[in-house]
Amino acid sequence: MALLRYESQVREPLVTGAKTYHDVTEDIVRPIEAAPSRLWKIGFTISVILLLFGVYSVYREVVYGIGEWNLNKTIGWGWDITNFVWWVGIGHAGTLISAILLLFRQGWRTGVNRAAEAMTIFAVMCAGQFPIFHMGRVWMAFFVLPYPNSRGPLWVNFNSPLLWDVFAISTYFTVSLLFWYAGLLPDLATVRDRAKVKWRKNLYGVLSFGWTGSTKHWQRHEALSLVLAGLSTPLVLSVHTIVSFDFATSVIPGWHTTIFPPYFVAGAIFSGFAMVQTLLIITRKVLNLNDYITMEHIEVMNKVIVLTGSIVGIAYITELFISWYGQNPYEMAAFKNRYDLSTPYAWSYWLMMSCNVIAPQFFWFRKLRRNILFTFFMSIIVNVGMWFERFVIIVTSIYRDYLPSSWSTYYTPSIWEVGFYLGTFGLFFTCFFAFAKYFPVIAIAEIKHILKKNGESYKDNMGEEEKATVEHFTHEHAHH
Amino acid sequence: MAKKKFVVGCFDDEKVLFPAVKKVRKAGYKIHDVYTPFPIHGLDQAMGLRDTSLHTAGFIYGITGTATALSFMSWVFNKDWPLNIGGKPHFPLPAFIPITFELTVLFSAVGMVLTFCYLCQLAPFVKKHHFHARATDDLFVMVLECTSRTNEADAKAFLDSVGAKEINVQEAEDGWWLGRYAKDQKLYSTPSENSLA
Repeated sequence: MALLRYESQVREPLVTGAKTYHDVTEDIVRPIEAAPSRLWKIGFTISVILLLFGVYSVYREVVYGIGEWNLNKTIGWGWDITNFVWWVGIGHAGTLISAILLLFRQGWRTGVNRAAEAMTIFAVMCAGQFPIFHMGRVWMAFFVLPYPNSRGPLWVNFNSPLLWDVFAISTYFTVSLLFWYAGLLPDLATVRDRAKVKWRKNLYGVLSFGWTGSTKHWQRHEALSLVLAGLSTPLVLSVHTIVSFDFATSVIPGWHTTIFPPYFVAGAIFSGFAMVQTLLIITRKVLNLNDYITMEHIEVMNKVIVLTGSIVGIAYITELFISWYGQNPYEMAAFKNRYDLSTPYAWSYWLMMSCNVIAPQFFWFRKLRRNILFTFFMSIIVNVGMWFERFVIIVTSIYRDYLPSSWSTYYTPSIWEVGFYLGTFGLFFTCFFAFAKYFPVIAIAEIKHILKKNGESYKDNMGEEEKATVEHFTHEHAHH
Repeated sequence: MAKKKFVVGCFDDEKVLFPAVKKVRKAGYKIHDVYTPFPIHGLDQAMGLRDTSLHTAGFIYGITGTATALSFMSWVFNKDWPLNIGGKPHFPLPAFIPITFELTVLFSAVGMVLTFCYLCQLAPFVKKHHFHARATDDLFVMVLECTSRTNEADAKAFLDSVGAKEINVQEAEDGWWLGRYAKDQKLYSTPSENSLA
């Protein structure tokens, strides 16, 4: 039936410009074959310097202990766990785009999925550092694994959300990596087959696992992608759910909240999409990929941002309402410690509110959704806001505990605490720069797959049904 | 290993490729494989390939993960070292759900990817015969296997008649890296013929 293939003319093309299959290959592989630009070298150098500063900060923490950080008995989780949750949250957009949007048959994912998945993997790598080094004696980190040991064997506590985290994060990392790399195989083969220099031919020959493009292999590849997408969909939701259990299963007022899992997942998608915007707006500009990451892509992601931002807003308000409705004095105090302007951390709460709830509402305006500079600015605002969300949840819930005598003095991080955070930025961007230079940042095969359906120059080849105006179409298909 | 001869025809449009596959199969040629730069839905059916069972493998790996996680945690908490953790039960099923779920996904994903690589014979340092370098760029490369009954010249002429742009004959070593194909490859039949039968 013709209608099943119907591609609405209201939808904008996902690939602009008159492209052939070969043009797609050329456009995406060219940056890999060209010498790195000056801008790239500068960016990469800055990232490596940040990374080295981070390594030194971590070195100090490992050698001198957690005392290098300004944590104290009352605020036992500070910047480190805030950063952990923040990075894990950012790591959610990639798999959401590649898995959930694959299941929903969203064609626009093809332009952004590769870079978003890479971002996911790097963000999870950064996230993992924080709980590992927060252990203090990091050389004992393998104690979290249930392996037969000489102490009994004494096993880990499978009831503990912190242990669930170990399983969730490592599974998430592994599955995202496999999903990403399986998708990369055909594109790496494309780079290999065009290589004019021997080292590139050999390097990509090894990386592409000898991919040929056989029909049988494609058939299995499609099946693999679909099932991995099906597995990753609940996985991506489970990971931030489990991260939220770290808080929600405790008895700390402000953490002990049943709304946490959906609220955290929405927040994760929110911050993840913001980070995708930040990265892709730069990438499309630097690598000249405006034809593949179009205004349409940016607008669609801005719609996701306004949706998830509003869900997060509802969650904030629900939390406040429930703390009043429950009339639990400790719960009410915990929230008063956030919103009351006379408390020391109220500024962070209101910063979070304005960045996460109020700011995204500008995206109701189409003009602003399609404004690159504004989108870029907003993507930074959202990520700042989401960092403060985690800071608010963690620090403001614990800095005044049950005994006023142990109320914490004002918590400011030490330079090594900040250095660790900056170091993960270094790690993240070092990886991302290397990825953008040596890997196809856009899924070449997937773009080719949608080219004749969603490419600008092929929209003219629509059937009669597709060409009809909206009025004609509704008239023809209305029920009489 | 024995060398085999292949007649290779390259197409530059999938709209030409599809009818060509049908015609080639109807004419009785043995399609070794079609190499394409991106997945083409329906081409596997047109070539008469059977559906993949990779999903089933994924399911089996998945339930292996479920069983491993549940049985291991129960064994640890009940048999090997029944530790009293704050008076909590020794078989707390709800608390086992997160890890059970994660291991199900992990086993399934890792197992499927390894199976995929094994079935397609993909691994680092594997070298395969590539019939055309542009098969991963913009050409659809149909490869016919020359059997004892195949006349090369006829095959080339036939490929030309069905729209191939570039035709040549290649020799490649017959080995596992060429990929396996069904021995009893069925001849193509149109859907209408099927429904009549």
